[in-house]
Amino acid sequence: MTGNVRAWLDARPWVWSFGAALIVWLVTALAVQGRGMLETLAVALQFATFYAIVGIGQMLTIAAGPGNIDLSIPGVMTFAGYVAIGMMNGGNAGLAAGIAAGVVIGLAAGAFNVGLIQGLRIPPMIGTLAAGFVFQSMAIAYSRTSHAAPAPLLVSFSVARVLGLPVIALIFIVLTVLVSVALSRSVFGRSVLAIGQNARAARLAGLAVRRTLGFVYLASAVLAAVAGILLSAYSGGAALDMGTDYLLMSIAVVVLGGTSIAGGQASPAGLWGAAILLDLVVTMLNVMRVGAGLRYVVTGLIIIGVLALAKGREQAT
Amino acid sequence: MPADVTAEMAAGIAAGAGERGARRAAALRVGLPAAALVVMLSVIFAMQPRAMSYFGLSVLLNFTLPAIFAAMAQMAVIAVGDIDLGIGPFLSLVNCIAATLLATRPLFGWLALAALVAAYAGMGALIHVRRLPSIVVTLGASFVWLGLALLVLPSPGGAPPGWLPALFAWQPPFVPLPVLASILLAALGQFLLMHTSYGVVLRGIGGHPRAIARAGWSLLAGRMALYALAGASGVIAGLALTGLNTAGDATVGAQYTLTSIAAVIVGGGEFVGGIVTPLGTVIGAWIMLLAGSLLSFLNISTDWQLSVQGGILIVVLGLRALNRWSAA
Repeated sequence: MTGNVRAWLDARPWVWSFGAALIVWLVTALAVQGRGMLETLAVALQFATFYAIVGIGQMLTIAAGPGNIDLSIPGVMTFAGYVAIGMMNGGNAGLAAGIAAGVVIGLAAGAFNVGLIQGLRIPPMIGTLAAGFVFQSMAIAYSRTSHAAPAPLLVSFSVARVLGLPVIALIFIVLTVLVSVALSRSVFGRSVLAIGQNARAARLAGLAVRRTLGFVYLASAVLAAVAGILLSAYSGGAALDMGTDYLLMSIAVVVLGGTSIAGGQASPAGLWGAAILLDLVVTMLNVMRVGAGLRYVVTGLIIIGVLALAKGREQAT
Repeated sequence: MPADVTAEMAAGIAAGAGERGARRAAALRVGLPAAALVVMLSVIFAMQPRAMSYFGLSVLLNFTLPAIFAAMAQMAVIAVGDIDLGIGPFLSLVNCIAATLLATRPLFGWLALAALVAAYAGMGALIHVRRLPSIVVTLGASFVWLGLALLVLPSPGGAPPGWLPALFAWQPPFVPLPVLASILLAALGQFLLMHTSYGVVLRGIGGHPRAIARAGWSLLAGRMALYALAGASGVIAGLALTGLNTAGDATVGAQYTLTSIAAVIVGGGEFVGGIVTPLGTVIGAWIMLLAGSLLSFLNISTDWQLSVQGGILIVVLGLRALNRWSAA
């Protein structure tokens, strides 16, 4: 009986993050005597979307095996956000151009990362970190010339709700489902996981290792750019520090969501559980009138703690 | 020319001169950044001759102390094949403690700083025992350091105890403090890590952990020792930063994460195999520091500072890759 439960849970690593999110939600409910509980969840879903978007990209890189990681996400988000909003310049006329410019920056940044990793053979960790700082400094330079507001259409899109649920959350939940299907059914997805389990074996089996890895880094950068554009629209403009938390958060939602940090396995659904969990923890601490300092401490400890526990479980099996 | 090189290599291999080759590689490892540093200093002196004095050097190298100690902290972590993405916020935390507790309740302040060093050793133990990726653990820790810094000092301000700024304003005879401290730190680090038997063991953990374990050394103790060393260097770096800034700020250290990693790599360190040199690391820290000064001499906006630092890192690693190709 317990063996069955165990097997069921092992096949669904995302259950933990949703379970933890549920508990935090209920604790928050107790703290506010149940007022506005559904609204809390909807708001959490809104913020969770930004974590989940970058999380999808980070999940793909981490699933592609040891050493693969994208640390340029904050830089890409900030630069793409600034340029996209700058092109819009507060009007709907520049909406398409702005979004296109942001996405192109994402593509260029991803190509740059791939060049460093595959062309110059720089370890991804250090290559993407250095590249991220280059993008960040481009954003700093750009920010001197631009203090634009996002296009009103994009702003209303970023806050729009359907049946009480944020529209962008629904869109990216659909994307997550597609990624999930791709990982288990498509040649690309199976290749990513195979490379993550054993890159050498994957190469010997004739898989297109370089092309697959290149695509993974491109996808991660484009998703970071999209997150940067949407976050800028949602916050009423880009800010130089808007990406700061996303370096850790992008990795945290992947790890907390049940994706193995060792690669070769992915848990797309878990991204959402973890993203909602991390956001609800902040809400809970806010409700308890805890300051920003303690919020950071608790978030950091949760991430280290869950990682230590999850790794232990992996080793046991 | 290529034929000569191949012949020479073949002769070297035939003569069993692998050791000589290794020694030459080690010399190049420190020699290249040292040459780069000489070039940078020459350019700066040519453009700004006044920098070539006791006072000029003191100004030019103002923030050397936090930079070299932060780089040393990063080097200790990279030596075991790990990376520390939380050293910047850690410096901020030390800065905030030094600007508050250390002045108001000195005993408490010192205990807090000692606890931070212990926390670093604990982080090393956790990473080792649970076999966790250092990148995620140190990133998680960066949130903890930042949070604690905000708890200690919610908004910039505070004041360090009087002796701290005085210590870092000290003007030794003949040689400016940044230069003197760099030479001493490089010499001490070089001696401890390269010329003591435990230093060899510590470096071996990054290169050949199994060999070290078979020889009866504790990998756990070694990693904890290196992380404690990193924590202690980070504390000194944070104190130096406080001495120079004479105030506390929970975000002041952020830039040191990138510059410390870049210093180790530019100074000849590598991510795989525990290859680091304290001397090279100190030189690397100077290069990263002077790159900033060179920017301002060339009238380039400091907006591009991050690009230049990241760019130097990419260029150095790229050149190294090209070198490997031509050698292969």
